Formats: sequence, C-alpha cells, structure tokens
Amino acid sequence: MTDIVISVKNLSKKYRIGLKEETDDTFVGAVGSILKSPFQNLKRLQKLTRFTNIQKNSDDTIWALKDVSFEVKKGEVIGVIGANGAGKSTLLKILSQITHPTTGSITLNGRVASLLEVGTGFHPELTGRENIFLNGTILGMTKREIDSKLEEIVEFSGVEKFLDTPVKRYSSGMRVRLAFSVAAHLEPEILLIDEVLAVGDVEFQKKCLGKMDAVAKGGRTVLFVSHNMAAIKSLCKKSILFSKGVLADFDQTNKVIHHYLNDNNGVEIKKSECGPDNSLTLSDSVKLVSIRLIDDENRKIEILNENSALGVEIIYNTIDMINPIVPSVNIYNNYGEILFSSINRNFKKDSHSNNGNHKYTLWIPKNTFSSGYFKAGVILSSLSYANSERLIQTIKHLSFEVNDKSLNEVVGENGREKESFLRPQFEWEYQKV
Amino acid sequence: MYAQSILGIGWAVIQPIFSMIVFTIVFGNLAKIDSNGVPYAIFSFTALVPWTYFSSSLSSSSRSLLSASGIMTKVYFPRLIIPISPVISKLLDFFIALIILVGMMLYFGFSPSTDIIYLPLLVLLMIFTASGLGMWFTALSIQYRDINYGMGFFIQLLMYAAPVVYPSSIIPETYRTLYGLFPMAAVIEGFRAIFLQTIKMPWDFIITGTIISLLLVVTGSFNFRRMEKYFADVA
Repeated sequence: MTDIVISVKNLSKKYRIGLKEETDDTFVGAVGSILKSPFQNLKRLQKLTRFTNIQKNSDDTIWALKDVSFEVKKGEVIGVIGANGAGKSTLLKILSQITHPTTGSITLNGRVASLLEVGTGFHPELTGRENIFLNGTILGMTKREIDSKLEEIVEFSGVEKFLDTPVKRYSSGMRVRLAFSVAAHLEPEILLIDEVLAVGDVEFQKKCLGKMDAVAKGGRTVLFVSHNMAAIKSLCKKSILFSKGVLADFDQTNKVIHHYLNDNNGVEIKKSECGPDNSLTLSDSVKLVSIRLIDDENRKIEILNENSALGVEIIYNTIDMINPIVPSVNIYNNYGEILFSSINRNFKKDSHSNNGNHKYTLWIPKNTFSSGYFKAGVILSSLSYANSERLIQTIKHLSFEVNDKSLNEVVGENGREKESFLRPQFEWEYQKV
Repeated sequence: MYAQSILGIGWAVIQPIFSMIVFTIVFGNLAKIDSNGVPYAIFSFTALVPWTYFSSSLSSSSRSLLSASGIMTKVYFPRLIIPISPVISKLLDFFIALIILVGMMLYFGFSPSTDIIYLPLLVLLMIFTASGLGMWFTALSIQYRDINYGMGFFIQLLMYAAPVVYPSSIIPETYRTLYGLFPMAAVIEGFRAIFLQTIKMPWDFIITGTIISLLLVVTGSFNFRRMEKYFADVA
C-alpha cells in the first residue's frame, strides 16, 4: 500500500565511553585501590547496559545519534555522508538490527542485507565456499537459493581460485569482494552498505557500483555510506548528511555534498567577497584591499545565471613595488580539485611602480560552467628576473553557485556536474549539407 | 567443528577414553573407590560419556558469544543460535562416545536394562542442563569477562559435584536431595542404571533434575533475550 520502505522516528542511541580513572601514587593508596578495584569494576561493567535517566547527559555518555527521523521510499538509493563519528555506521547498525536504539523506533518493510565494514560476518576458519553458505543463510537465503546463485557469486567476486581456502588467509580485498558478492546477490529489498568498497581495487569498485545501480533499478532500496563523494554522487539521487549524531540535511545529493564539504572546512557556504585579510598577505609591500565576484553590471553575485559573465575583481595596494605584479585566478570544483587557472600574460604593459590602489578584473565568459558549486582562489606574484615570489594568496576562499537554466533544460537537474564541471559554449557551426 | 586439526573427529573419542584411563588408575586402582562391583573402567566410562558431552558443550556454549562477537557486530540473525549450536553439534561427539560404550559393554559382558526406553529422556535432560547453563553464562560473559576466565576451572570442580568418579551411593542419605539438585547426577546415575544395571533408575534424581533443568532453560533463555539488545554494544 505505502511505498515507504524505511521509516525512522526520533531515533537516538547513547553509548557509554570510558573516563580516565584516578590512580594512587602512594603504596598504601595503591594497595587500597587493588582491593577496591573489583567493586569499582563491577560498577563500571554494570553501567555498560544500564542507563538510568536516559535524557540526562553525563560525562561518560555520548549520543551517537540524537533524534533522527527520516523516511526512504522504495527504490531509492540514498547516500549517507558525514565526518567520522557523525553516526553513519551507528545508523546502519541499528537499521540492520545489530544494536538496539536507546529511544525511538525504526520500521523496515522487506528483507535487509547489510555489509558493515571489512570481512562482514565471515567465519575465519571456514573456507570461502562454506562462508558463502554460512553468510547467505545468516542473511536469510535458503540453501537452494544459494546453490542456484553460487556460480554467479563466485564469478562476480573473482576469488574462484581461493574458494576452498579458509577465509582467514584471504587478503582484506578478497574478503570484501566475497562479502559484497554474497550480499549483492541476495536480492534483498533493502541493502545497507557501509564504506566497504574502499578496500577493493578500482576495477572491482566499478563492478560494485554497477551492481548497486542495477540493484536500485530493480526497485530495491539502498543505503550507502561512503566518504567517496564521486561514488555517492554518481549513485545516489538523494543523500543524508549527519553531523555529530544529528541529521543535518536530507536533500538532492549535490546540495548535500556541497553542504558537507563547506561545513567541513569551517568556511561559510557562499562567500563572494573577501576584504583586507592580512593572513593572506605574504609581503609588506602589497596589501589586499578586496576581492569580489561580480556580474556584468558590477554587482556582487552569489549565484551566477546563464546571462552573465563572471568577473573576479581584485583590488590591491602597493607601496614601493619595483617588480611587476602578475595576477592569476584558479577555479576549483566543489571537491577542491582545480579546474583551470588563468594568468595574466600581458602584465608587463600594466603599470605597477605607482604607489596606491590597483584593480584587476578577470572576466570569465558567460556559459562556461555547468550548474553547480565552485570555488575561486587568487594569487598575486611579483616577477623578478628568474623567479617569482608569491605576495598574496587566497586558497579557495571565494565560492559561488552557478545555475544555468538553459543548460539544465538540456542535461536535466540531476545531470548537473555529472559528466563535466565545465560546459563552455564554444563556437558551434551548423550547416545543412 | 574440527577445522585445521590432525585427528579431527578423533578428538570425540580421545577425550573420554583418556579420562577413563587416568581415572581408572588414580581413583580405581590407587584410591580404590567403590564402583558398585563393576570394573572401574566401564564404571567411569559410562559416566564420562554424558559428562564429556556436558562439560565440552557447556564450555563452548559459554564462550560462544565472545568468540562470535566478530560476526555479531556485523550481521543480524537470531542470537540464540550462537549458544545453542555447540550444544547441538557436540551431540555428534556424544553419539560416537556412546558407540564406544557399546563396544566396551560387549567386551566386559554387560547388557542394557529395559529402562533403555528412558535414555532419550536422560539425553534431553543433559541437553537442557547444558544449554540452560550455557545461555546464562554466555550472556553474562559478554559483559563480565570473569565468567570466561573462570569457566574451565568451574567445570573442572563441577565434575566432583556429579557422580563421575564415585557412585552416588556413597553420598549420605540426608544429603541425597541436595545432591540431586545438580541434574547431571540424574543423567549419570541413570546411564549407569541403564547400561550397567548396578543400580535402579534414580527417579528421585530424575524428577528434581528435570525441574531444575527446565528452570535453567526458561530463566536462561529469558535472561538471554533480555540481554540480547546490548550484546553488540558491549561485546
């Protein structure tokens, strides 16, 4: 009736963490504490499973998840991202019923297969073949089902040669390959995957992503935890962002990734202006006055649309500069990878020796970018003979969003950034022949 | 079950046979403990068949959750399988040892009594006691590792609380009820009644033993279910 497969309501999970114990440095004190230690140990161990007054926050407890609610529909592939310790794995552990939530509830409609960490649920003493059966059975397959899929599983994992070797002698890559193959061929309604592909080689990762894509197209639901933004982006339409146990965002994947990456660096999300910040200045003779991102009409912009060129306006002040100054601008994508760099080749004709303010504006023609998020950095160097010295350097300090509606019409909202970060409108010549 | 071992299933035979040899020398020949008039070797072996099953299944059942903690924190499946599976799988060893016992009976010239129809009851009693205690200990051991460290020692001592090396007839009559509280007393004396016919079926032991073992299974599984949700967190 309903097509909601995973429903999570007000989910919280509390864990007890260790506190530093006091140690006595006198002999009598030490002997005393040895005698007392069984009682202290008992108290400490009892507390592991006992949470009196759940809402109370004490020093030795942490909320791995706090008040998380969301719903996932059938056939959705959801990326789960967030910094280490944000609660991603805890969520998957609760969803796969390995641990129970402290408060809140989850409702799952369908068979769940989970792949948490390396070597998922293998018995080290058993051979690969035996483990396929063990793992398959544990995950809810019948022996017949496994028999019929054994060949496919083995083929996919690529460990045929080691099938009768105990799993403890497998390399971590081989283990993950086998584990993934079993889980993927289980045909679960819900597949939970936690950062397991990192161990596989590039070729296997591709195979897995392909398989997950196929699983999703088959109308099944996938929750995919990863730090590999490229994989998340190519696989998941929507993503969940966790931050310190709290659900920080649940939206279109590229928006969420942008949120995460910017949150992560501690920089404001959109910053199209930069004032005289001394920390960026590497020399006494040149001072930065401002950098702005502007449109055709000299207005500061945060979102660039398809009708305007992008201007990077740099104003700086010089005192007693002898050497010419060479400006350059780097444009980065959302992941901090450099897309291109533009340097002023004609700096020699510009005047530099005067003291006072100077302004450079770099014009990037309209329709250069795909829709998405970008960053810009500025470098001013002085050119003395033979070597250049950096005077001012901003590293990815400015950011802007591009929303090219004319492009979106062609490639679609989800196709933003997908194939290329840049889509410059070069000269297209058409002839009917 | 016997992965990466030379003897493999042979271990099922070796353990009770060697215990029998040692017990026969120490308790039978040196200490001259009463064996109800039958050769001490078969007297002790009849007890060792259920006892070896009990001690090995209890110790691996108690350790089971800890050794399965790797798999437990990765996949979900009904946790109760973990302590129950050694109790079931050790039955194979038990039946192999039972076959050896039959061989020894032929050699020493014993025949079983008609009470053999109650053998399944004794086997069930043995399984229930082992799994009941196993569930209790394994659930506790995951939080309190002391159980794990003390288990081997505890089982060793427990053997003297059961009539393995001596007959229960040497227990003073006043303590007989108290002695019967350990269900393995019923199992072992029952085995002797069936296979050696030296005593009558110890129905008093069997009745108390059944009550106790059922109690152990019920409380053990209840406690296990209660603790279950914390296993992955404290393992």
